[in-house]
Amino acid sequence: MFFLLDRHKRYDCVLVQGLSWMIFSFSPLDLSLLAISFWFVLAILSLFLSRIHGFHLCRMFLPGTAGSILLTMSGFLGLDGSPQAKTIPLGLPGLPFHLRQDALSSFFLLIIGFVSLGISIFSSGYFKDDHHGKEIGFLLFQYHLFLISMTLVLLSSDSYLFLLSWESMAMTSYFLVVSDHEKDVVRQAGFLYLLLAHIGTLALFLSFGILSSGGGLQDFSGYAFEQMEKGQHSSLALTMAFFLAFFGFGAKAGILPLHIWLPEAHPVAPSPISALLSGVMLKVAIYGMVRVWFDLIGIHFLSWKWGMVVLAVGLFTALFGILFALTQNDLKRLLAYSSIDNIGIIVMGLGLSIIFFGTGHPVPGALGLIAALYHSLNHAVFKGLLFLGAGSILHASGETNLNRMGGLIRSMPQTAILYLVAILSISAIPPLNGFVSEWLTFQTALSVPLLETGGIRSMVALSAAGLALVSALTAMCFVKVYGIGFLGVPRTAPMPKRHESTIPERLGMLWLASGCLLLGCLPTIVVRYLETITISLTGGGLGKNANGAGWLWLVPQSARRASYSPIVFLAVIVVTTLLTFLVIRILFRRKTRTSASWNCGYPARTSRMQDTADSFSQPIRHFFSPVYKMTRHLPLPTDEKPIFFVEIDDQSWFLFYRPIQKIVEKMSALAGKLQTGKISVYLTYSFLTLLFLLFLVKSP
Amino acid sequence: MTQTSTVPHQWIADLLFKGLGELFQTASVIFFAPIFLGWVNLCRSCLQSRRPAGILQPYRDLLKLLRKEVVLATGASPLFRITPYIVFGSMGLAAALVPAVTTDLPFGPAADAIALVGIFSLARIFMALSAMDIGTPFGDMGARREMMIAFLAEPATMMVLFTASLISRSTSLSTIAETLGGRHFTLYPSLVFATTSFFLIILAENSRLPIDNPSTHLELTMIHEAMLLEYSGRHLALMEWGSSIKLLLYFSILISFFLPWGISHESSFGGLLSGFAFLVLKLFILGTLLAILESTLAKLRLFRAPEFLAAAYLLAVIAFLSHFILEV
Amino acid sequence: MLPAHDSPFGVEMVNLLGAFILLVAFAMLASRRTLSLIRLFAFQGFFLSMSIFLVAFLSGESNLYYSAFFTLVLKVILLPWILRDLSQRLKIGGDIETLVNVPVTMIIGIGVVVFSFSLAEPILKAASTVTRSLIGVGLACVLLSFLVMITRKKAMTQIIGFLSMENGLLFSATNATYGMPMVVELAIALDVLIGAIIFGIFFFQIRETFESLDLKYFEKLKEDEE
Repeated sequence: MFFLLDRHKRYDCVLVQGLSWMIFSFSPLDLSLLAISFWFVLAILSLFLSRIHGFHLCRMFLPGTAGSILLTMSGFLGLDGSPQAKTIPLGLPGLPFHLRQDALSSFFLLIIGFVSLGISIFSSGYFKDDHHGKEIGFLLFQYHLFLISMTLVLLSSDSYLFLLSWESMAMTSYFLVVSDHEKDVVRQAGFLYLLLAHIGTLALFLSFGILSSGGGLQDFSGYAFEQMEKGQHSSLALTMAFFLAFFGFGAKAGILPLHIWLPEAHPVAPSPISALLSGVMLKVAIYGMVRVWFDLIGIHFLSWKWGMVVLAVGLFTALFGILFALTQNDLKRLLAYSSIDNIGIIVMGLGLSIIFFGTGHPVPGALGLIAALYHSLNHAVFKGLLFLGAGSILHASGETNLNRMGGLIRSMPQTAILYLVAILSISAIPPLNGFVSEWLTFQTALSVPLLETGGIRSMVALSAAGLALVSALTAMCFVKVYGIGFLGVPRTAPMPKRHESTIPERLGMLWLASGCLLLGCLPTIVVRYLETITISLTGGGLGKNANGAGWLWLVPQSARRASYSPIVFLAVIVVTTLLTFLVIRILFRRKTRTSASWNCGYPARTSRMQDTADSFSQPIRHFFSPVYKMTRHLPLPTDEKPIFFVEIDDQSWFLFYRPIQKIVEKMSALAGKLQTGKISVYLTYSFLTLLFLLFLVKSP
Repeated sequence: MTQTSTVPHQWIADLLFKGLGELFQTASVIFFAPIFLGWVNLCRSCLQSRRPAGILQPYRDLLKLLRKEVVLATGASPLFRITPYIVFGSMGLAAALVPAVTTDLPFGPAADAIALVGIFSLARIFMALSAMDIGTPFGDMGARREMMIAFLAEPATMMVLFTASLISRSTSLSTIAETLGGRHFTLYPSLVFATTSFFLIILAENSRLPIDNPSTHLELTMIHEAMLLEYSGRHLALMEWGSSIKLLLYFSILISFFLPWGISHESSFGGLLSGFAFLVLKLFILGTLLAILESTLAKLRLFRAPEFLAAAYLLAVIAFLSHFILEV
Repeated sequence: MLPAHDSPFGVEMVNLLGAFILLVAFAMLASRRTLSLIRLFAFQGFFLSMSIFLVAFLSGESNLYYSAFFTLVLKVILLPWILRDLSQRLKIGGDIETLVNVPVTMIIGIGVVVFSFSLAEPILKAASTVTRSLIGVGLACVLLSFLVMITRKKAMTQIIGFLSMENGLLFSATNATYGMPMVVELAIALDVLIGAIIFGIFFFQIRETFESLDLKYFEKLKEDEE
């Protein structure tokens, strides 16, 4: 017996030592590359395995989690350590790939690793072999390639590899979105996504082009990020690079008015894929913004005017996103709009940060950056959870339309608890994680007295007011989601057979839900790690007053200014609630009795008398009516089968895209005149162009 | 040597004393909240020439409800059953944070003004969800209307608190109350706006008259009562008690931010006592004011409620902006 | 000239009155009834005259005392009385105005306030009066009154908006340069008074022609396009 114990102990020791050897002998960058190669092998393997009959291919998502764990560890280690760089002689001759993992990319690697771990576990129980047939192999292939390309975007340290992996990220995600490509809607949504992704990439090309031209170098070596940082640029060039990057990354992140692909693509993609797109890929776009603005352009060149634009765009994006989320009745579409809202909040944090850096206040600037990064992580976790939950609901009840849901808490109680965590997080309820990042953003905005001119002050103050409105609207939106979806009684008359989600699904969601709780309760630790990012990017953190009060108290500026302690908060609320419960139950022990609900004297109650998702948001539609373009059908009292119908259209189609479409049509009509169908004419065009270009080259 | 041994002693004793001060404040807010409601009701009865029910009536109601058995609607989920405790617990936490009697609160640093709004939001979300749990049309209606009011009242509250925090350069509730109470008398236009706005918010958030009538169960116009329609027995008692604490807390915030004179700044016995006396006096006056206001106002149409709140929100925003223009 | 007083409390009081004037301007933007609009206008006049009185006391400019007195008589007593009388005779006192959308108007109002505050900033630096921070408030009042005129349909409410615009101008002038020259001010006061009387006659004419005071009927007055 003793011997056995001893042997166990030794075994443990070997295991622990082995693990620690594994972790510490590899640098974070090595670990990331290891994860990439692991996923790559898995991707290839799943293509081959899909040809074997009777193999449970869906289980192949599970080994993928090993890659996620490796990436999480690498991100975690990389946050503290010094940046590492590698040059790989791949790619074109003379243009090797530069890889670099610093604190910023480590943090986003952590997001990928952490969230994809939950999503992979979930997927192994979500996808069914018989349902998707052989295509599951292809899905697995694309899924892992998608993860690889996102990781490579974060690791790349030159514009060549960056754009290459950026494009590969767009392509693999496109294939994932169109998984159900038999449907027309899916193909249309996929096309829209691809179109905007490419327009965005074009802008990124130009932005990197401007940045790489500043070094005065004759060869191509300006394409490396290292050279870009050193480059000297005119302020016009920097402004152009800044806004091209904003446009390019914004198209991917979904800022107004480039958001239109999001609410189309998310509902049609399988739910875990939506979770990955919304939770992780949007954050990669945020990474791009931070990288170009704070690293490649550098904080010393940031102008507060840019920050004002970014802040305004962020505010409008957030307001737009949440107002449209509130009026949706399709759950996944609603979540997509809510992603737009959260991206808006993150962009607002970045805008505040730029304003403060631009006016020479690095401490609140760093705080704004930390708030934005923290919210990126939080949004990845809770939005991933919300999308996964939507997938579970879809499988359990066959519905994504909230108007036909109801009462899910009774058929899937565990999922309901996990979902409750998610909606409380996204509604910024303390002590969960959504609250911390909004709190930090508010704290940044409240540093407004430091600013000198009234215009900036008013703008920052208004942004705080707008953010407060957005967070209250978010709470309403998710009360609607939970109240309509999980509570009440089912709204469809022939109740479909409902069941609890599978165990891997629940495990995946549990992982993310515990993430919500931990990130909410341990903000001091997260903020300390995020501070290393701001120090490595900008050379300054939150100053010596911050975090002086120990790990329990989150103190961003000084203890007098503001403090927050979620653990104490949680402890007190749990103690008061339990104490109330105990005292009341000990003193008053009358038994409970169940009875039919009180219907205010009406004889019968049907499930149709409940609010639907549309009726719940009616006050919002009424109050914000100028924002919406509404078409609705109201039933008459005499109708035999009354149907209420309301459709909310995105105004940006009519205000922004239709005019562009008309211009493009006119231009193409003009261009059409050039086309005669004769080859010799076309050759003449080429010839003239050649002559013109040669002339340009010759002229000094 | 002696120093090292006495200092932690002192520190612990100090903390213990502060903790007692905190406990005194929390307990007094929780246990005296129904009296405040009783006072407002008494004033209202007098103004409407009815015979008042006595200031202790809310306690009798609570005791009666606590003793009654709980009748649960069929199909009520666990969420429905835990909500009263969560609502009451969060109100208890809020009572420990708002500097009503003293500003020397050891739990104070755990949550600032923004987190306080978060606590109220937590209670509200659970209340709205529990109302939607049974699936009765009235519950849904109440939840929808409550959220309709909240989506403007909550940011308005936030902006009011931010305005106060701009003057004191801190979002910590105790620091705000100390700075505003410790200054020599100055007129801040922004505080005037903020106070007006906050008074409107108090009326809306606590379902008082121009928005909701607390004394009617008329089904088409009710908001707060519609959410509680399925509750009975001790659950209902906790919910009602919770909302009376909420009313008292909102008035305490009003007092400690905008009429902060007399509030105790340290946890001495005399300080606590005088702070308590000042609080009671101010609540007495404000309660009468509320009753007069409620007796003279007519209820707004429900469609007008968002406009009322939009006015409160915009006032709060103007308060925030006018701080920069008129005061700095 | 009377001696100037240097009292921080006085300046705060003027600031507070300025804030009240702004508040009333917002209330006017939100109000739906003609009679309540008139009452608000009287309040605004009262706050205005109080603030002019205080500025007069603080700066020692004796002219401003007259100005305060004129404002009190004209804008708190005389004009509201004329307007109320008019609206009673025209039976439009209780009319509920159809507005664009109160919250939207208010949000635009906030934007206007921010704009005028930032606009007033350079002037603020140039001015030397003790109450210069209120220039932005005056400007905001002028623009908000403009908004009142834009969003109302009735002729009666438009004239109130116009009058309150004049309030804003007077307020700005007082705080930027301790008032306009007395002659100009008197002339304006007379203008406004005569304007109000002429408008009164005009209203009757409008109603006799169109049987309504709704300005949408003015659209008929243009020539047909055919």
